[in-house]
Amino acid sequence: MKEVVVISGKGGTGKTSLVAAFAALAERKILIDCDVDAADLHLVLNPRIDRREDFTGGKKASILEDLCTGCGKCREVCRFDAVSSVTGPDGQNRFTVDPISCEGCGLCARLCSAEAIRFEPVVSGQWFVSSTIYGPMVHARLGIAQANSGKLVSLLRREARGIAEKEGFHLLIADGSPGIGCPVIASITGADLVVAVTEPTCSGLHDVQRVVDLTSHFRIPLMLCINKWDIHPEMADRITRETGQRGVRMAGRIRYDPAVTRAQIMKTSVVEYTGGAISVDIRAVWRNVIYALG
Amino acid sequence: MRVAIASGKGGTGKTTIAVNLALTIASSGQPVTLLDCDVEEPNCHLFLKPEITESRPVTIPQPKVLEERCNGCGVCADVCEYHALTVMMGRVLVFGELCHGCGACFLLCPEKAIVEEDHPIGAVEEGVSQGIHFVQGRLNVGEVMSPAVIRQVRERGDAEDLCIIDSPPGTSCPVVESVRETDFVLLVTEPTPFGLHDLMLAVEMVRALARPFAVALNRCDAGDEGVCSYCEQEGIEILLSIPDDRRIAEGYARGDIDLSKLPGYREVFDCCYRRIVAMVNGKLDREDRGKRGRAA
Repeated sequence: MKEVVVISGKGGTGKTSLVAAFAALAERKILIDCDVDAADLHLVLNPRIDRREDFTGGKKASILEDLCTGCGKCREVCRFDAVSSVTGPDGQNRFTVDPISCEGCGLCARLCSAEAIRFEPVVSGQWFVSSTIYGPMVHARLGIAQANSGKLVSLLRREARGIAEKEGFHLLIADGSPGIGCPVIASITGADLVVAVTEPTCSGLHDVQRVVDLTSHFRIPLMLCINKWDIHPEMADRITRETGQRGVRMAGRIRYDPAVTRAQIMKTSVVEYTGGAISVDIRAVWRNVIYALG
Repeated sequence: MRVAIASGKGGTGKTTIAVNLALTIASSGQPVTLLDCDVEEPNCHLFLKPEITESRPVTIPQPKVLEERCNGCGVCADVCEYHALTVMMGRVLVFGELCHGCGACFLLCPEKAIVEEDHPIGAVEEGVSQGIHFVQGRLNVGEVMSPAVIRQVRERGDAEDLCIIDSPPGTSCPVVESVRETDFVLLVTEPTPFGLHDLMLAVEMVRALARPFAVALNRCDAGDEGVCSYCEQEGIEILLSIPDDRRIAEGYARGDIDLSKLPGYREVFDCCYRRIVAMVNGKLDREDRGKRGRAA
């Protein structure tokens, strides 16, 4: 079983549009939307949700006001500034936990001598197994302002692998999130290949260098795809050269075409929307990716 | 006053708008701080090219086990919610990359066998460029605790000052860390189905945080009507519209996003800024509401 993950460093370079095109081109595969924070792949793939599950990412502390003696130990030990003082109904000083700031370490609950702090798992999102015309898809929605996106991504990948094994599929294609932080690390660790989509801009170059740092750090094979390369051909050359010097292989270049936006509006993949030059570019990228996967 | 520039979707133009707002304010002679809170991929510096005069590391405390005191009881591993410690054959192993620096192991070890060491996870850099006080955070590659770096960036902005915050994309913890405790959030999007969907998530987030907000529509003529209809339905003001302009895209590619060089844009950002100030001050009179920043 092979797993390819599409990431970008910089946001908005065309990850999801490329993954949707891969979905249309690849055979017998499972799709995973690892961008649990702002998932968009379902907007193109129109999944029918077959299974829906709650995601319990971690625990959060909450203070039971009638048991709180107002000693303030919780606020003293909390390193995430999640505890603040409030005035209780009797006019006495009490404490309260801001669930958004709470990091879920549980230290306050362990140290509260009045046992006034509840520390319980919270549902922080939902995840889904769906059917699409391209095959099964595993995706999720992390609750607003929730943490633990990395855990949710790991869960999605685990579920997708399970389905692939059961159904005898050999390929997993994952749409990643922007950045190089927690959810991105969770989506690439143990993958067979990372495809980074960038654009020929100075921020595209800067951000993709950080992606190269990241994949080298975790020793994951990386291929590069330059989207909208013809916006600034010299910068596209520079990105190819500078990443090539660091041993990054090119998956290919994709030209700028407003058909990408039109396909999105029509809720379909670019390669199905148009047989034009851009689809030729994308097909070439996909062939290189398949070849690299072996 | 603190104004955050945020978006659910990446690549919608947060940095372009943040930098141009800061430049507009600075050119009027007002002191302004630009805080680049996109610590995973900080980009403002590429366009402002500030001279960095100060750099300080951001660290989180991580446990170190004093072998001579440790009896292998395993309390530290039991109390760690992040599974950053484990006991194997009587020895404690620490997995630093899982540690959130909460201090539970350190405080609860019955043998006092754990000390804390500062582990660097990134840096906060400061400088000046074109009259703008510039601060950015940078997360070290392979680290996951970006909110800790963002918090340090936020704290470098004086509460009394006017601060423009360039936020990371999305709606989860790094974004929340960037936009909380701001007076206003400008949500940047583009008129596409992805742009609309992620805007709706971002609106949910700012509403949960109870921040006043409005929308900036980038490449406003390059998609469909979805975002505009949604904003109208929800009563959300679109206070900045930037057309899909090849000159902007080319300038951006080169590293030049000072839009005041293009005719009409200085007024657009000036108007946008004044509107934000008015909305923060609650002066929502009807007349003002009709005038929206829009480039010719």
